[in-house]
Amino acid sequence: MSSRGPRLLIWQLGEVAELVPQTPRVSSLVLDVPAWPGHLAGQHVDVRLTADDGYQAQRSYSIASAPEDPHLEITVERLEDGEVSPYLVGEVRKGDKVELRGPIGGYFVWTAGDPRPLLLVAGGSGVVPLMSMIRHREHTGSSNPTRLLYSSRSYEDIIYRDELDRLAAGGDGLTVAHTLTRMQPQGWQGYARRIDADMLSEVGWPKAEMPAVFVCGPTPMVESVASTLVDMGYDPASIKTERFGATGG
Amino acid sequence: MSFISRGFRGKRRDVASSSRVPPGQHVVDDFPVLSAGPTPRIPVSEWKFVVEGEIDQPRSWTWDEFRKLPAEHVTKDIHCVTKWTKLDTAWTGVSVDTIMEGVETAAEYIMAFSYGGYTTNLPLEDLTGGKAWVAYEFDGQPLHPEHGGPARLLVPHLYFWKSAKWVQGLRLVNEDQPGFWESNGYNMYGDPWREQRYWGD
Repeated sequence: MSSRGPRLLIWQLGEVAELVPQTPRVSSLVLDVPAWPGHLAGQHVDVRLTADDGYQAQRSYSIASAPEDPHLEITVERLEDGEVSPYLVGEVRKGDKVELRGPIGGYFVWTAGDPRPLLLVAGGSGVVPLMSMIRHREHTGSSNPTRLLYSSRSYEDIIYRDELDRLAAGGDGLTVAHTLTRMQPQGWQGYARRIDADMLSEVGWPKAEMPAVFVCGPTPMVESVASTLVDMGYDPASIKTERFGATGG
Repeated sequence: MSFISRGFRGKRRDVASSSRVPPGQHVVDDFPVLSAGPTPRIPVSEWKFVVEGEIDQPRSWTWDEFRKLPAEHVTKDIHCVTKWTKLDTAWTGVSVDTIMEGVETAAEYIMAFSYGGYTTNLPLEDLTGGKAWVAYEFDGQPLHPEHGGPARLLVPHLYFWKSAKWVQGLRLVNEDQPGFWESNGYNMYGDPWREQRYWGD
């Protein structure tokens, strides 16, 4: 795949084909990028904004779309004191162009040929690169046993809720478990606390199954989940992490 | 500049610090954590630091021995390839000049390697001449494991992935080979002022 070989990452323009509100603070930007070189599930792009006086700001965003998708989708959480995210979620309209380059990152990636069972652990918008993996799995017809444990603050904050429900109902080996840490709707059947060792042993794979593990979310959550998995006896080398703080902007 | 992002103004930073912020970076006040896997936990009783490779007599220090080396206090700006810059970070550690004192080697490159398996490559001349440290304190406190404790490499003039967390040693090598991120799309050298983030930059 071209995204593995050394090559120049050039800035290019993507046109916003669609804006998809996901939660009150999160939107997906579906982009037409004519010269997109292709990507692996889990990679990210750099986005660069330029003001009319030449002032620029850059941030990185995980790719949400599958490699097989003809569009490139990024999903952005609006940070009120941010610089780039309030533009991407709030200002940008359909038909606008956004400058980007990528794909970036060759480690936090999953390809459907990997025979190991998959454990995906997400916190908030950390679900985005994992969604690319889940969609890649779906696109390739993989029935690889896959479990997603997804922590959100409330039911309304669950990104990709309907799509995850639909994919999990497909009976092809994907299960999705939610935990809602701050607020739960009446009659909520899922978890209602931060991810802990008990939850990981109920949802995850026994360590003897040697799963591939991807954890993405805010730093305290990722630190806690990764450390807990190591304490449970998982091979540290099988646990890949991606973290974001309040500085995504 | 040919392309303008319609309706984008941005948050302008004050002029005083802007000369200290490389292109594409923005200043943060917190200290974000980035790493590719679980944080290794290394008891100082088991910690060792080594210099090996193209060297006649490999060197090695225990934690207690290392802490007896002359310490330096430095305040530096650091620049992470993920776009954040943190100004005036205060570190305590041992200069790589001290670690390499008297070493005769024909090697021109270093592979820094870490507990947990991380590696990163650097030219030797970027580690000597008062440019790099093995740091064990941040802001006067023992370096937290999330930030690379017990000790991390500190090479502030390059993107911060070159400042290997949980550093275990320096291997002197004759050829520049890619380390962990350098094998995964990131630049072999990583000068923030030339915005050398990725392959080909």
